[in-house]
Amino acid sequence: MRLKLEKKAHSGLRIVPLTLMIAAPVLLAGAVLFEAVGADPLAAYAVMLQGALGNWFNCSEVLVKAIPLMLTGLAVAVAARMQLWNIGCEGQLVCGGIFAAGFALYAADALPAPAVIPILILAGFAGGALWALIPALLKARWNVNEIISTLMFNYVAVILMQHLYFGPWRDPMGRGFPGTAMFVRSAWLPRFFHTRIHLGLFIALGAALLLYYSLGHTTWGYRVTVIGLSPQAARYANFDAGRQQIAVLLISGGLAGLAGMGEVCGIHLRLQQGLAVGYGYDGIIVAFLAYLNPLAVPLVALLLAGLIVGGEQLQAVAHLPASISMVLEGCLLLAILAATVFSTHRLRIVRDDEEGP
Amino acid sequence: MTENFAISLLAAAVQSGTPILYATLGEILCEKSGVLNLGVEGIMMIGALAGFMAAASTGSPLLGFLAGGACGALLAAVHGWVCLSFRGNQVVSGLALTILGSGLADYLGTPFVGRQAPGFDPFALPLLSRVPLLGDIFFNQDLLVYISYLIVPLMWIFLRNTRWGLSLRCAGENPDAAVANGISVTAYRWMGTLGGGFLGGLGGAYLSLAYTHLWSNGLSAGRGWIAVALVIFAFWRPERALMGAYLFGGVMAFQLRLQAAGTSIPSSILLMLPYALTIFVIVLASWRRPQSAMPTSLGVNVEPTE
Repeated sequence: MRLKLEKKAHSGLRIVPLTLMIAAPVLLAGAVLFEAVGADPLAAYAVMLQGALGNWFNCSEVLVKAIPLMLTGLAVAVAARMQLWNIGCEGQLVCGGIFAAGFALYAADALPAPAVIPILILAGFAGGALWALIPALLKARWNVNEIISTLMFNYVAVILMQHLYFGPWRDPMGRGFPGTAMFVRSAWLPRFFHTRIHLGLFIALGAALLLYYSLGHTTWGYRVTVIGLSPQAARYANFDAGRQQIAVLLISGGLAGLAGMGEVCGIHLRLQQGLAVGYGYDGIIVAFLAYLNPLAVPLVALLLAGLIVGGEQLQAVAHLPASISMVLEGCLLLAILAATVFSTHRLRIVRDDEEGP
Repeated sequence: MTENFAISLLAAAVQSGTPILYATLGEILCEKSGVLNLGVEGIMMIGALAGFMAAASTGSPLLGFLAGGACGALLAAVHGWVCLSFRGNQVVSGLALTILGSGLADYLGTPFVGRQAPGFDPFALPLLSRVPLLGDIFFNQDLLVYISYLIVPLMWIFLRNTRWGLSLRCAGENPDAAVANGISVTAYRWMGTLGGGFLGGLGGAYLSLAYTHLWSNGLSAGRGWIAVALVIFAFWRPERALMGAYLFGGVMAFQLRLQAAGTSIPSSILLMLPYALTIFVIVLASWRRPQSAMPTSLGVNVEPTE
């Protein structure tokens, strides 16, 4: 007797079995890992849950962490709609942060206060888009593998940022603190509800709506989808795939850049260590967990943010490495990939003497 | 001074190129069978940690090296399971593997930061080390470097002249033809995936056991991704992977030496060099149309037919 996958007559997934199929192996993997370092799995999960949802402040922190995840998730999703793999969100996020910080440090005090925030938003978007420009051009012109080029630019961006805050941009009054001086007040993104929730949340939600509309209901979105699904059909319809590839990668990079701007001007209020903490890579998980649907991205980002905040609590309370959240994220993505097959296939038990259909 | 400097630089190029060479050879094996594994970075990370942990607890560096390979294969098995058994997307699964491997290495490795483990040290190979120039560059290395010299021709022969190697390539080039000839595509793809993971794990173990003799978080620092790029640069050929890996080893060694010598070039520019070179190399390769050498069914999942 053995198990066999076979094609279903009707494709589709039911949400409850899907959730179970995904959650069970992930929770189990986490339990094994807690046991491995001598922690009680149930207690550890309780700490994570408490840390993410225990009180109003913790909940608000989940929202705060979800902001960059929404933006990088959208960034990965919009590129993946066209079968482009933007693995460079981390670098684009950093570059958006650098642009915003440069503007906030050296130009913001010379401008009238109401003009500063809109320009900051533009600067963040431009920084991220610029960082995606070279991989985009290389892809469109010579079909250079964008997975590798965007990824390599991550390392370059992080080194560049460190060079800036350890070197020319370092706070002269900082007594060796690795970071720039704090920005002027006008360059702080407004915060809400006496928490750290900042303007970035509304930028991210707006971007999600805009992408949902433009991907699903405009000719541009139609072109992008067709080029992604079938490059041949796109060529036949005379769509300029190269130009669309560049446009989509610039938008994708710009969204990641906005995430960096939000972190720098909404949370840190200076350029400092702790900007490149993996939100760019988390974006990949968010995008695929949301099945590339822009409206699902904010919800999934919340879920992942809860996981990350829970992991941080685990480190603070139980002194377990916070990287457990990274492990669980990886397991989550793998479980989803494996479960997706059940939208078109089902498992059947086949006896050895039975002939397959 | 210049001649000695050049020789020691080239010897260092071989040493720092070796982990990349192991990983590149592994990825070639995997991709030849039709499976794209972008999780090499995570596999190297796990290999480095597992190798270090095993060497520290058993006292045997060789056991550590093998444990690195075994754990690399174990992580690759997750990729095989998701892509070959459940037909998940190979690109996304590989990325997930990198996240999982890096996270896991960080999570389990934290207690081992700063610990000591026995490692591999260079020794002169009798006779060969006395060959002028070449002896100093290639035959004053550690055991694992010598093993890598053997793997390159063995893999070349395996892929060209053995029944298993040809079947594995057929599974990557033309799965339908493979099935028609009674070759189990799934079995050979598993072979490529596990073998590739094993070699990637060995590459990681080289880092902690021979290159740094230490475990630290983020040890592989993008070398796994460089290996993925080098596979394209090498046109999926083991002998060209050797050249590419030593080129990168050379740049890394050169960059470290310049930093130590205290040049006027800012250290951040030097640190960027390997990553900038990767982009340059991948552009160069793209001009020569690597699609012609790429296994035709790379990354494409097949329906099981049995």
